[in-house]
Order: sequence, then structure tokens, then C-alpha cells
Amino acid sequence: MRGRECTALTQPADEMSKSARPNLLFRNLNAKVASIPMILTAMVVFVGGTVWTVLYSFTNSKLLPRLNFVGLDQYYRLWAAPRWLISIENLLIYGAISLVFSLVIGFLLAALLDQKIRFEDTFRTIFLYPFALSFIVTGLVWQWLLNPDFGIQHVVRDLGWTSFSFDPLYNSSIVIYGISIAALWQGTGLIMCLMLAGLRGIDEDIWKAARVDGIPMWKTYLFIVIPMMRPVFITTLVIIASGIVKVYDLVVAQTSGGPGIASEVPAKYVYDYMFFAQNLGQGFAASTMMLLSVVIVIVPWAYLEFGRRK
Amino acid sequence: MSIADITAQASVAAGARQDIAGPYGPKPRRVISRRNVFLYGTLFVMAVYYLLPLYVMIVTSLKGMPEIRLGNIFSPPLEITFEPWVKAWSTACTGLNCDGLSRGFWNSVRITVPSVLLSIAIASVNGYALANWRFKGADTFFIILIVGAFIPYQVMIYPIVIILREIGLYGSLSGLVIVHSIFGMPILTLLFRNYFASMPEELFRAARVDGAGFWGIFLRIMLPMSLPIFVVAIILQVTGIWNDFLFGVVYTRPDTYPMTVQLNNIVNSVQGVKEYNVNMAATILTGLVPLIVYFISGKLFVRGIAAGAVKG
Repeated sequence: MRGRECTALTQPADEMSKSARPNLLFRNLNAKVASIPMILTAMVVFVGGTVWTVLYSFTNSKLLPRLNFVGLDQYYRLWAAPRWLISIENLLIYGAISLVFSLVIGFLLAALLDQKIRFEDTFRTIFLYPFALSFIVTGLVWQWLLNPDFGIQHVVRDLGWTSFSFDPLYNSSIVIYGISIAALWQGTGLIMCLMLAGLRGIDEDIWKAARVDGIPMWKTYLFIVIPMMRPVFITTLVIIASGIVKVYDLVVAQTSGGPGIASEVPAKYVYDYMFFAQNLGQGFAASTMMLLSVVIVIVPWAYLEFGRRK
Repeated sequence: MSIADITAQASVAAGARQDIAGPYGPKPRRVISRRNVFLYGTLFVMAVYYLLPLYVMIVTSLKGMPEIRLGNIFSPPLEITFEPWVKAWSTACTGLNCDGLSRGFWNSVRITVPSVLLSIAIASVNGYALANWRFKGADTFFIILIVGAFIPYQVMIYPIVIILREIGLYGSLSGLVIVHSIFGMPILTLLFRNYFASMPEELFRAARVDGAGFWGIFLRIMLPMSLPIFVVAIILQVTGIWNDFLFGVVYTRPDTYPMTVQLNNIVNSVQGVKEYNVNMAATILTGLVPLIVYFISGKLFVRGIAAGAVKG
């Protein structure tokens, strides 16, 4: 034991006499043994699982996965299914709302908290606590708040405005907005935190210089601070985007996809086809489409982030 | 800037605010200026918006059903009753089971505790091996792991169902514990790797010279020195696993459902009269564990989620 570790200490010399030591596999053995769970996860679950799902998305598997290839059949059927089209449309609306509003609200809250205010910790605690709650809890609370018979609509009507109508969860044309409200409530605290970190990373001298030059505050933010925070924005964007694709629990809790199929999302489509409709091929095809959408978001980012560094 | 940098910055932001008064000293300001009214006014309105759902949840759960039918959801209860809480905990029905959320609570405890321990044990050793004992190819696996964190879970859930079925753990709590350990691995490994890599190299070398091996250095030197990062990891995992819904619903059976799944089944069940007060009590009960973790851990939570944010 001792001897092997000592040779590891003198690794540079080791490299030179590599040919004399055939037992390369056993060098640093403890680290390799300790990494077995990681290697298994990476290769079997992440790589293996993904390849498996993509491969089986070209089959006509129903109740059980079978290697009976039907080409792109599942994909044609997927893109012809009204439920999938609604899911995609919902995802786009939900995504646009989440992206724009969580960035804007998150940044504004961070900028407000960055004004050297009192009770900063209290405000931050309040803005962030929804993030500790699960999407299920979030969805159920907002289901109650948006309940037309008891919730906000009822309260406003009681105040005298009897024609007031606000029932997003029961109105299929706006149901996805009702879900977005809940998602924003839950998630903007996190964005605020990331933005605040970015703002704190800006050198105080920049602010002083801008003040000396008499540049108004909003202009300093818009033309100096925000461009300087580009990396923070990009990372935040990736975080929001990968969260959007995964949206599932919130919809299940708030509307279960209803009314009708008006608030379906892709992740729910996948789950329902795999575990309820017993149409595995459709589920695999839909999940492959989800993977594709993530690739479209991630690859340009990874290219920007890591490609430029080299 | 990489995610890791942002993480580090977030923890700085979470920490004490640096004093940046500058050489001139703070400019004296009137307390009630137009700027302050706008600033605190906006913050106050936003705070009310964020607190309102919590308030409505608590208020609703303390009212009786007749009062809910008559009144408005924002008014405080005229008569405080804890009956909904008792009912939510011990007699609320999901399907045929009528033993309340307590079953789900204990299931969640039995899922969360081993999952947290196992996932952190695996990830900390991984991070340590990656930071200090890098072997050929280790970084490749690590990159795959990190990229894997961005793959939608839906792509991998079915292959895992097959794997678990093969080893006979599908539908059991141990199966779910393994799943949580797998999906917690990317972010936790990143967290630990970065932490161990930032420790002084001399420490590691000195221990090697003194003859300590892989496990000796890990247990006697790295572990005692990295308590804060373990706390961050625990916070991250406890809230993450407690709040999980998807894995719970896919990999467990009705009698082993975690709390979130059971809560959803109670509230969204179609049979029977809707008891909104019981539903809200059940919702608070489910949210209570992560909320307590959040309010106790404070700034460490921010560090945890800033790290966990990578998970998306």
C-alpha cells in the first residue's frame, strides 16, 4: 500500500518509465474505485439512458419496449397530435413569460435591494422564501387564490366591481398565464439572488465615475451596469431556460392539464404516454424532442462560454 | 464567467455587505425623500405580493368550512379552529387510504434521510477524487456528469425504470433513494470538487509525505475542514428531495408515495366535497420542512440554491 502511494508521489518520473510499468490500471486505484458510482451514473444512466431512449423512439413500442423499428413514424404522429401541439404552444408562451418577467422583475428587485437600504435581509428573505417551496405546494396555493368562487375574483366582486372577471385556471384561452403567475412567484427570488450577486460584483468605482460625470442612475444601469453583467445574464438565462423545459409538477398540481387539454406541457405528455397511455414509443419520441430543445439552448451557450476561452 | 464564479459571488452577496462608504463618508440624507418613498414603497408592495399566498394559506387553514363559504379568503378567521390541521394530518383520504398526510410525511422522511446521506457520501468522495487524485479520464466522466444535469429527466426515467426492475428495486423506497443519489450527483460533485480544489495544495502534500493514503486524507483532513460545504449540500438536498414530485410518482407505489405526491392526490382528488381548509392545512404541512430549513439556514441556503441553480 505504502509503496504504491510513494510511486504516485513521484508521478513525473513515473510517466517516463511508463513502459516499464504495465499495471497502469491499478495506479491510483482507490480514486478509481471511489469514482465507480460517478462513472456508472455518467456512462450507464446519462449516456446509456439517453441513447436508449433516442433509439427506442424509432420503434413502435407500446406496453413494453420492443426493438421494432418504424423509422420516424412516432415523430410524424407526435407532430400531428393536437395535444402535443398545444403542449408546445403552452411551453412557448410559458417560456417567453418566464424569461422576460423573471429577468425584469428579478433585476428590478435586485437593483432596489442594492440601494443600500435598511432591512435588506428581511426583504431578501421574503422574496426568496417561495423558492424553498415545491412546485406542488406553489401550484395548490395558487389554485386556491385563483379559484373563481372564493379567490381573488370573488373578493374583488364583493368589493362592488361585480363584472370583474379573473379566472385563468377555468378559462382555456388564458390558463397558461395563470400557471405562469404561480411560476413567477416561486422562481423570481432565485433570479433576484443571482442578479444581486452580479450587481455586488460591479466595482463601486464605476458608480462613482458615473456619478461624477452626472449620468442619471437609470442610464448607468442600462448602458454600463447591465452590459457589464452580461455573463450573469447568460448564466441566468440558461438556468431559466432549462427550468422551463422541465415544467411539470406545477401544471399537475394547479390544473392537471385542464380545462380539457388547455394547459398541457411536453413533460406531462411524456409522462402520460409512458405510464398511462401505455404508448412508450410516443413517450420516447416526445422526450427526445425535449432533449433536442435543451440541446438547442445549451450548445450555443457552451460554445460561447467554453469555446471562446480556448 | 462560469457558473462556479457566480456561485461564489452569490455567496458573497449573501454574506455581509462590504462597507463601501468611501473616503467622503455617507452623504447625509433626509429620511423621507421622494426617492425613499418610492424605494421602500415598491419593496413593500412586492413583499406583500410575495407574502400574500402564505398568509392566505395559514388563514384558510384556520377557518371552518362554513366561514370559508361565506367570507373572503383574505379576512382573518373569526373563530380559530385547528381541526383542519388534525384532519389533514391523520384522517384525510387518498383513494382508499384514510390515514392522512402522516403516512406521506414518514415516507418522505424515510426517503429523504438516506438519500441525503448516500448522495452526499458519494458526491463528496467523487469531488475529492476529482480534485486531488485525478486519474486519466476522470475529467471526461465529470464533464459527462455535468452535461447530464441539463438533460430533461423525462429522457432518462424509463431506462431507470428498467434498471430498477432488473435489480428488483422498482417501486421500493431504496430504489427511489438510488434515483435521488444519481440525480443529485452532478451538482453535488461540482460543489465538492470546487471546494476541495480551493483548499491549499500544501495540506494535501504534507499529509501524503506523512504517509496518509486516499481514505486517510479524506477522513482525517478533508472532512473535518469542509463542514460548511457539507451543510450547504445537506440544505440543498433536503429541500430538493423533499420537494421532489416526479421521481416520487414514477418510482414508488401508492403506499410508499412521498408527501408531495400524497398531497397532490388529497387536494386534487375528484371524489367527495372539497374541504379547502383541510387542503390548505395539508399544503402548509408539506411546505413546512423546507420552510423551516430555509428560515434556520438563512445565508447558507442562498449559497446552496445558487449552487443548485445549475440544476435548473
